[in-house]
Amino acid sequence: MIAGSNLEKVLESGKFAVTCEIGPPQSSNPEPLVHHARMLKGVADAFNLTDNQTAVVRLSSIASGAIILREGIEPVIQMTCRDRNRIALMSDLYGAAALGVKNVLCLTGDHQVFGNEKGSKNVFDLDSITELQVFDALRKEGKQPGGEVIKDPPKMYLGCAENPFATPYEWRVSRLAKKIAAGANFCQTQCIYDMDMFAKWMEGVCARGLDKKIHILAGIMPLKTVGAARYMKNKVPGMIVPDHIIDRMKSAKDQKEEGIKLCIEQIEAFKSMKGVHGVHIMAVAWEDIYPRLVKEAGLLPRPVL
Amino acid sequence: MIVAKRKPLKEIAEMIAPFNKIAVIGCRSCVAICLAGGEKEVKMLISALKVKNKKEGRKQEFEGLVVERQCEREWVKEVEDKILGSDLVLSMACSLGCQTIGDMYPQKLSFPGLNTGMFGVPEEQGVWSEMCVGCGNCIIHTTGGICPISRCAKSMLNGPCGGSANGKCEVNLEVDCAWTAIYDRLKLQNRLDLIEAVTPAKDWSTSHAGGRRVYVREDAKLVPHQKKGREAVQ
Repeated sequence: MIAGSNLEKVLESGKFAVTCEIGPPQSSNPEPLVHHARMLKGVADAFNLTDNQTAVVRLSSIASGAIILREGIEPVIQMTCRDRNRIALMSDLYGAAALGVKNVLCLTGDHQVFGNEKGSKNVFDLDSITELQVFDALRKEGKQPGGEVIKDPPKMYLGCAENPFATPYEWRVSRLAKKIAAGANFCQTQCIYDMDMFAKWMEGVCARGLDKKIHILAGIMPLKTVGAARYMKNKVPGMIVPDHIIDRMKSAKDQKEEGIKLCIEQIEAFKSMKGVHGVHIMAVAWEDIYPRLVKEAGLLPRPVL
Repeated sequence: MIVAKRKPLKEIAEMIAPFNKIAVIGCRSCVAICLAGGEKEVKMLISALKVKNKKEGRKQEFEGLVVERQCEREWVKEVEDKILGSDLVLSMACSLGCQTIGDMYPQKLSFPGLNTGMFGVPEEQGVWSEMCVGCGNCIIHTTGGICPISRCAKSMLNGPCGGSANGKCEVNLEVDCAWTAIYDRLKLQNRLDLIEAVTPAKDWSTSHAGGRRVYVREDAKLVPHQKKGREAVQ
């Protein structure tokens, strides 16, 4: 065990893991987080707290993590390189560890052009891979990149993201290999709609034996409307939504129900896909759906280890 | 070269409004090549300002000048009398030229007529793109000759990120994804092994992050008697 987090225990025991994403509020009010934490207890093995996702200013991921920890559910803190240099990233990592956080997801971060502070200056001192490398060296040797060796370094369970649907496609397996080499223990993928393309990427991952070195959690985002599907297809770079998904959503009597059905079918497929060790569900601004989704996908109760 | 863009006419007009005698000084180097501050642009700006002044009933006196390289004191010195005889210098060089005049004649006002943008190259007639940010530690021999610091929106050392679609950058779909370009180039050169390795955190101390950079070449510096001789010639 590295960090001894619940997520680590579930994944290392070979059980099919479930993580869900919680978006912190655009305010200093902790109530929505407390509400979600109480509602979601026992629904997933850990919950991602996004770090100013799409560069929209929100309550900090570490503070959010501390709040849900108090409610007895386990956070995965997302930490992007957009807003902090290595000094602040390490400092925040120490702070997160001191607050009881055990899982960190290392991300480069969405560019600020997508957010609500377009005139801000970004940092990008590190990228997701060098961030992993820095955090990995800390947990292994307590060594900072500047050479300082610290006592009591944070022992985090380190995660990464990867997007099989961004070009160049043929590079995407190698990029996962780089993240493993940099220290990633688990990988939550970009949301998957093109199952064939994902299966092909997974084949490449397994062919290199990478599935033995990292736990892959397949990313799922339930669709509420056909409009949302079209938006993702046409407006979100690095996202592929096949036409048959659009058609299926369009012709559904109840689009929301169809979206849920689609998700459950996907989870069913992932359960038997070689190398997939769990699912990561991202219902943006739709956190209430997690209990039903996880239950209907046959993933309850969650293991207690 | 240094690529710049002229400031909007309105902004320039507002900036220079309180002054009467204005020396508009262009530069024959980079900014002339990128059609921002050469001889032609100086003339065009003065014409536009005169038309605007006529319309608005304002009187100002403009003198247009161009120097070879405004970032070098020797060339600026050639128009010293014009600078000293004006109320304001409106520099049509990059910020380096504008600041050189300011440093040489600190009692005079030297205002920027251009926005200095980048180290870039002309892609085609009328199109310039950024190629370097001057990080002070070049690594492009490992990235297929393509600079990820300047050409990737996130300056990633281990790209591409998850936002590249059809080889374009998510930040601007008109712009090529630097890391897709690096991948393609290395593939062509049969050197893909280079990006299999993790590039560690960059030492930014050689960049502006390390403070203002001053490069000294001791062997090129003039000894006191050479300095004196140079001054006597000038």
